[in-house]
Amino acid sequence: MSVRVALHSPTGSRSFLERGLLLLVMLIFLEGTVLTLGAASSPDISAQDNTGGGHDRRDDHRGIAGSHEHTNYTYTKKAFPVLSLDYHHIQVPFEISLWVLLASLMKLGFHLIPRLSSIVPESCLLIVVGLLVGGLIKLAGEEVPPVLDSNLFFLCLLPPIILDAGYFLPIRPFMENIGTILMFAVVGTLWNAFFVGGLLYAVCQIEGTYLSQVELLPCLLFGSIISAVDPVAVLAVFEEIHINELLHILVFGESLLNDAVTVVLYHLFEEYSGAGEVTPTDVILGVICFLIVSLGGIAVGAIYGILAAFTSRFTSHTRVIEPLFVFVYSYMAYLSAEMFHLSGIMALIACGAVMRPYVEANISHKSHTTVKYFLKMWSSVSETLIFIFLGVATVAGPHAWNWTFVSVTVILCLVSRVIGVVGLTFIINKFRIVKLTTKDQFIVAYGGLRGAIAFSLGYLLDKDLFPMRTMFLTAIITEIFFTVFVQGMTIKPLVDLLAVKKKQEAKRSINEEIHTQFLDHLLTGIEDICGHYGHHHWKDKLNRFNKKYIKKCLIAGERYKEPQLIAFYHKMEFKQAIELVESGGGVKLPSAMPSQVSMQNIQPKKLPPAVAERALPQFTKGREEEIRKILRSNLQKTRQRLRSYNRHTLVADPFEDGWNDFLLKKQRMIELEKKMTEMSNYLTVPAAPPDSPTMCRARLASGDDFKAEKAGAKVIPDPNAFYNIKASSDGVPTIQVDLASPQSPDSVNMLNEFSKRGATDQGLGQREGATRDEDQGLMMKLSSAGKEEKEEGGNKNPGLMRCLSDPGPSNEDEEDEPFLP
Amino acid sequence: MNWPLYVTPAHIVRLYDRFEALDKEKTGHLRPQDFGAINRLAMNPIGDRIIGAFFSPGQETVDFHSFVRILAHFRPADKKHPKDPSMPEPVNSRTSKLKFAFQLYDQDKDGKISRAELLQVLRSMLEMQVTEEQLESIADRTIQEADLDKDDAISFEEFRKSLEKVNIDHKMSIRFLR
Repeated sequence: MSVRVALHSPTGSRSFLERGLLLLVMLIFLEGTVLTLGAASSPDISAQDNTGGGHDRRDDHRGIAGSHEHTNYTYTKKAFPVLSLDYHHIQVPFEISLWVLLASLMKLGFHLIPRLSSIVPESCLLIVVGLLVGGLIKLAGEEVPPVLDSNLFFLCLLPPIILDAGYFLPIRPFMENIGTILMFAVVGTLWNAFFVGGLLYAVCQIEGTYLSQVELLPCLLFGSIISAVDPVAVLAVFEEIHINELLHILVFGESLLNDAVTVVLYHLFEEYSGAGEVTPTDVILGVICFLIVSLGGIAVGAIYGILAAFTSRFTSHTRVIEPLFVFVYSYMAYLSAEMFHLSGIMALIACGAVMRPYVEANISHKSHTTVKYFLKMWSSVSETLIFIFLGVATVAGPHAWNWTFVSVTVILCLVSRVIGVVGLTFIINKFRIVKLTTKDQFIVAYGGLRGAIAFSLGYLLDKDLFPMRTMFLTAIITEIFFTVFVQGMTIKPLVDLLAVKKKQEAKRSINEEIHTQFLDHLLTGIEDICGHYGHHHWKDKLNRFNKKYIKKCLIAGERYKEPQLIAFYHKMEFKQAIELVESGGGVKLPSAMPSQVSMQNIQPKKLPPAVAERALPQFTKGREEEIRKILRSNLQKTRQRLRSYNRHTLVADPFEDGWNDFLLKKQRMIELEKKMTEMSNYLTVPAAPPDSPTMCRARLASGDDFKAEKAGAKVIPDPNAFYNIKASSDGVPTIQVDLASPQSPDSVNMLNEFSKRGATDQGLGQREGATRDEDQGLMMKLSSAGKEEKEEGGNKNPGLMRCLSDPGPSNEDEEDEPFLP
Repeated sequence: MNWPLYVTPAHIVRLYDRFEALDKEKTGHLRPQDFGAINRLAMNPIGDRIIGAFFSPGQETVDFHSFVRILAHFRPADKKHPKDPSMPEPVNSRTSKLKFAFQLYDQDKDGKISRAELLQVLRSMLEMQVTEEQLESIADRTIQEADLDKDDAISFEEFRKSLEKVNIDHKMSIRFLR
């Protein structure tokens, strides 16, 4: 098989491709064999031990051994087992880990093969892998484990994906289009369910299809199962095609919100399939049930979200477990909703969306990163596993293939989706300001993918009540395969062909942020003048309410006063700083530059003179933050170099205990100055309060007597930098950072002037807090000065190590969104 | 006065009702005090600018026609009516909307948003919750981002360009004036 594969590989990357494919195939074989081993051993055990469980068996052993000791002197003593194999002891976790490993390795493997991942969406490949593994297991003669067990799916595999989606849901576009989304989700799904179910029943009644035993209600049940657009599949496919935000949120939002409808319809038809008929009362009850399911789910989610936000208010001393609260509260929201047969998905979405603004304001930056990465990791693994299991389950499950039923299902689904979308858009467009074009409609219709939820729901059906269950399952699987493979593979070329607007990669600028806020206020004002209680009016009211009451309760410390714009601005500066540092590996100074070139001299070359007049920088908190963030990120680069430094050679920083911090900071400062020259846009340099590390460093370097206190300490002669302090007349010190040593050709001398430190108490407190934070453990909190000190005091180095492994935020649009629309 | 306002009779009736409700003294004109009586407008950080926009320079009162003309800016743009280059720009086109917003920033009407004007807007929007340095820093950054011709001010074109990704039609439209 590998030879054949090698023959097909392109000449260019032949060996690599070969290797990649070889690796894949070997992995599949390996996993398959181990799993068959596992599958093989379990029936043995279960056969031997009817009471079940290896545990009992061991007890048995012990019991027998004990009886050996007591009662028999005639048995020969067995040799002491030096090495023994006890697979079933660890069987279940081992197999789970194997599956997860398989999933992750597959993901790795696909990206090693560059061409493949651009043609075929990942979901298809994963299903194929699942098919292969299932096939292998079957070939080995073992019974394929029922991996897509509904409990496993609904309780373990689905929640991470939904939580990830809900936590990072872009609230503003979601809320702006909520009417459309709800229409598609509720009315669209209902239409699909009844259309497909009804027509299927009609088809079944036709003579000659041998399907006449299928009743109406099971058909409707089948229709409701198959009509729901699946969030997992949509996410998997849409992630790769990068269409514009509007379409993405429409399809995705629909896939999330139709869960309530599906739950109600499913339970309704399942309940009454036994009875055989549905009365009008039942229908009314169904409607009420729908309202309860959806609103109840949202309420449960919101309650848990508020609880989580409230809890996060008090976590400033135990930062390490902050992410845990996010996950546990969300999961409990899901489980609680499922307990009452409410919509778990909506609960999870509501929980994530409600808790996010407050939790993010409270938790440290690293916790935020942790939450983000854990969610992404879990959801990614879950998604991969789901698709693989789909493949395995296809191989495993008993199939009852009926050409008519299956083909009619597939066709009807497509037809009903198209009719539904077109019809609904016609109605919706009357109420929308930005209408949906035909292209949009096509994408929405074509993007209605079915996935594993449908399969699991089908799997849940009772075998006795529904004798045609296997046929249903086969049809469901076929539909899923059709949508994922055919629609999933072709949607990308179609998007390109139709020139659908793609996602705009550029980030939000501060201009946009300011102007959109301005326009929000403007529109609210105009609405007030018109006396019209519109969209903006309610949004404004919600914002005010939020600011006045909720934020006070749920956000720790003084941060609730921080306006959204400032938070956004800081985030942006931070991101820019990180980008700058990560992209600019070296200093791009012209080599002909003589040493001791002042910043002011450089500027006119890059900017018109008018701007150079502003060369005397002003210091703002924002700049300070930015610099600190640059410094922080620089730690990642400089850490390796610094490892070799002997801690005894560092000068003690009187305000902190970390001896190697000092040198780190020195290095950071150097890097910082180098980066500053690159940042031709920025002329402002931060102010540092007198007791900040900047000043400490400066004071120390200028020969303070602190040095002398630490016996034996010697300052490492830093060839690249030294700091001077000049006290200016109004008591604000200036720092002259001289990067030049006479021999270094490329050096910059920057004159920073500190403006009046007319900071308010809050500002000062914030700065201090920020300073301490940066040194303590790189948290980005701006307030609560001194609070963070205590907790990080003990473990400076581990803190640093932890922070260094922080890869930093990635460029994601969600980050740019203001917390509240 | 000759601009086609694309306002339907139903709109005019509604707006006239509102005009009368605001015009407490039944003079047929609105004065700044009448606008100021709207409570929620007083809470709006840029409320006074909005009120100022209704009054042409030098005028003390607003008649109904001007009232409607200003509000017609906020109609959703008509995609159905083809753009006729001979006709003047419809008052609810994207450009007109942006121009209206721009004029709210540009109080001295010199065609540019200077740094000081931007600072004023920021100050009123951020409602004293931030320090002066932060404001200046943000203003600096804003101008740097948008200012393409490096004149330390934002002209209308630069303003428009910085908002090119924002769906102005959606953002600056009031539904009931559809």
